[in-house]
Amino acid sequence: MDVTITINGEEHTHDVEARTLLVHYVREHAGLTGTNIGCDTSSCGACSLHLNGEAVKSCTVLAAQADGQEITTIEGMADADGTLHPMQQAFMENHGLQCGYCTPGMVMAATSLLEENPNPTEQEVRIGLEGNLCRCTGYHNIVKSVLAAASA
Amino acid sequence: MTIIDDLVTDNEAASEGSIAAGNGVLGKRLLRKEDPALLTGEAVFTNDMKVPGALHLAVLRSPYAHAKIVSVDVSGALAMDGVLHAYSGADLADQWAAPMPCAWPVTDDMKNPAHFPLAATKATYVGDGVACVLATSDAIARDALEAIDVEYEPLPAVIDLEQALADDVVIHDEIGTNVSYTWPLVIEENEGDCQKAMNESAHVVKERYVQQRLIPMAMEPRAVVAIPQPYGGDMTLYSATQVPHILKVMTALTLGIPEQQMRVVCPAVGGGFGSKLNVYAEELLCVQLARTLKVPVRWNEERGENAQATIHGRAQIQDIELAADENGKITGLRVRLIGDMGAYLQLVTPGVPLLGAFLYGGVYEIPKAFDFSCTSVFTTMTPTDAYRGAGRPEATYAIEHAMDALARKMDIDPLELRRRNFIPKESFPYEAYTGLVYDSGDHDKAATVAEGMVDYAVLRERQRSQNVEGATKRLGIGVSTYFEMCGLAPSRVLASLNYSAGGWESATVRVLPTSKIQVVTGTAPHGQGHETAWSMIAADKFGVDPADVDVLHSDTAIAPLGLDTYGSRSLPVGGVAIGMACDKVIDKARKIAAHQMEANEDDLEFSGGVFSVAGSPDKEMPLAAIAFEAFTAHDLPDDVEPNLEVQVTYDPPNFSWPFGTHICVVEVDTETGHTDVLQYVAVDDCGNKVNPLIVDGQVHGGVIQGLAQALYEEAVYDSDGNLQTSGLAEYLVPAASDVPPITTGESITPSPTNPLGVKGVGEAGTIGAAPCVMNAIVDALSGLGVRDIQMPASPVKVWTAIHEAQAAPNSQENQ
Repeated sequence: MDVTITINGEEHTHDVEARTLLVHYVREHAGLTGTNIGCDTSSCGACSLHLNGEAVKSCTVLAAQADGQEITTIEGMADADGTLHPMQQAFMENHGLQCGYCTPGMVMAATSLLEENPNPTEQEVRIGLEGNLCRCTGYHNIVKSVLAAASA
Repeated sequence: MTIIDDLVTDNEAASEGSIAAGNGVLGKRLLRKEDPALLTGEAVFTNDMKVPGALHLAVLRSPYAHAKIVSVDVSGALAMDGVLHAYSGADLADQWAAPMPCAWPVTDDMKNPAHFPLAATKATYVGDGVACVLATSDAIARDALEAIDVEYEPLPAVIDLEQALADDVVIHDEIGTNVSYTWPLVIEENEGDCQKAMNESAHVVKERYVQQRLIPMAMEPRAVVAIPQPYGGDMTLYSATQVPHILKVMTALTLGIPEQQMRVVCPAVGGGFGSKLNVYAEELLCVQLARTLKVPVRWNEERGENAQATIHGRAQIQDIELAADENGKITGLRVRLIGDMGAYLQLVTPGVPLLGAFLYGGVYEIPKAFDFSCTSVFTTMTPTDAYRGAGRPEATYAIEHAMDALARKMDIDPLELRRRNFIPKESFPYEAYTGLVYDSGDHDKAATVAEGMVDYAVLRERQRSQNVEGATKRLGIGVSTYFEMCGLAPSRVLASLNYSAGGWESATVRVLPTSKIQVVTGTAPHGQGHETAWSMIAADKFGVDPADVDVLHSDTAIAPLGLDTYGSRSLPVGGVAIGMACDKVIDKARKIAAHQMEANEDDLEFSGGVFSVAGSPDKEMPLAAIAFEAFTAHDLPDDVEPNLEVQVTYDPPNFSWPFGTHICVVEVDTETGHTDVLQYVAVDDCGNKVNPLIVDGQVHGGVIQGLAQALYEEAVYDSDGNLQTSGLAEYLVPAASDVPPITTGESITPSPTNPLGVKGVGEAGTIGAAPCVMNAIVDALSGLGVRDIQMPASPVKVWTAIHEAQAAPNSQENQ
């Protein structure tokens, strides 16, 4: 079936199997591999991206469900001139990443969190990110990054 | 030797951008070079690679823990559209030049059953590969697995270590026993000293601890791409591995590929924690099938496969006996381990308990009354191997948890008991009871810093007033101290432990014609920030901006020499090698500068990237000019070759010995069994810090992994050997909301062993954390008669322990 999705402002149309997950559409058909896959149970959040402006785990959405809609992936976050999104900048300045595998999903979830709650407490950040797992940082500097982005 | 001064102690101050040339960048909180690519999706992980024409491998895994393979019929898979090949283990049995490697035959009589990428006659754990498919897409390959018909004859599972020891069910018929080896380490002045200490000391505690199986769960599952060059014969293996160099040698040996034709590359690697320190079946399958079929072959691991078919860690039963005199001074130590090897020996599986053997004495003065023995057994579970700390967290847990048991028995403060046994600062370098020499340490300082950070005396007061009779929220204070044996490793020491390789590391430093610098390292980072840290070492040496230094790594064609990244070795071995190579480049540049300026070499000073002649301030020559002279070679001294490039291989003379003290505060809800970690303080002394920002990050992550062992994580098998925790929905890797913030404290005791004075920090947090948290929980509940709780201290276990203690007769006497 043909599925058309606007990704980072650019329209993509691909003929995909009906069972294709959004994350596979993005990675394999649109060729945008910044969105990572870390599990097969919708537990880790590595594949988080924005669907119509809100963070979703793209392994829980069929590509067909996103037909005609807009998504933003990590590749669409920085400005065209290379200026990082404030959340990306905050992660860099606060050492909020180590191996970087969970990072795209973490950045997408965190920006969505601040959309809903622009001035979260530390505890609200921790709870808001509980759908995204990181194995390297112990979350300390991720939480710090998000709080820094909120106050930036 | 370069003195690292200007260590920034403000833990919160991050530097903006890079440091101006010549300012001495070591010790600065420089932001990471690695980050922009990782933050924007530009970084390429193995599974991101686009490889036209590649076939996708999928592996059919045994659903039985232990079963004879009666027959395998792959015809159903072959009949499917898009499936090109399908093989059983028997079909591929003649493809392997040698079994999969175990590089650590710890004893001469160690039993090591032959292990091949696919099982041909018997499956010995759930997840053991028995057949495989190659198809045009990953989805088709995985679908096709369901069309393979395997007839199994199930056999009894062996998941209990003591049952394995009894040999009632022997897993590997060809070795006739489940025991792989027994490795003793007895250190006594006179025979029987340890037993004498147990018989005659004022206090003896005898404890059994279970180190539950853990699943490393790096966020990036493994992935492999093998690209052959059919007519040239070369083979390139891309793999999400920590060990490209070891993998290259082992792949060549296992598959009979001439080593010079084998190249291994790690693209971006998403964490390892030891789980990617291995040679795996899927790597060998991809390379061999790519080689024989003359087409690229790729495989990516799903999380469920990762839980079943990537190594597990810990998995030991520890019996520890600790004897002390009337003052609490340790007089003897006996340890008996049963190690769970899982179904097969992987790369360093049998050596893991040995790495811990030398650390059971903790940070204490231990007499030569030490009796250690480890017996390791095969079980029908996933093979175990090195997981963050590898033997050392287990050892530290045992001694630190036993120290708390001793403190309770003696009714003295656990920190005070530790102080009575600390090796004094002035005794370093200290020859320990094992014969190993601890390089440097100041345990009292680390403990005092941690104590001050939590206001320990006030906390104890608060605990006394809070934990009154009937209190349902009980406060616990946990202390742990540790020594870590890292910087793996002096090659001769490894030889004495029967390890098959050395422990050196290689570095090449070259100054390019335009004066930019390349550092080539044999370390293989997967989140540690080596590109940043190594460029800081070179930038400091040359007096240039770290941005002018590029670090090349993780490709055996670019960095042919190396022993990779594990065991907190990269900085104290690999980083030190870089510093040495820089010094040699500067020596060569000095010769050229002296020649060019017609000065005596001894009169030249090198500072801020410029050679100047002492006493002649107008005579100077920047490194950039020398680099170009070295490149053109128009006017070099007679005995100097063109170009500024030096390769150094550094074999460390000793391990490095980071140490520290962790203190945490927990509140245990006696009605729900829930533990809340209120405060966690970590003082990790890893010697001089190249980049404190990265050091803190390593400690944070390490602490949470250790805390996760204490509170959440366990690979659970049912009695039939089925893994019940085969994904992130069941295996409880903590989320941000499950863990506390970590406060790091400062203590810097440089290592005298290497010129940078560094020690390594990758595993420290993990080593200190599990005993710290468990000591706190028992401390909270000991007033209720709870003696101990095995990890993980889940709410149900805590609740049950409280109720069992309360139900016991004379429960107050159990205190």
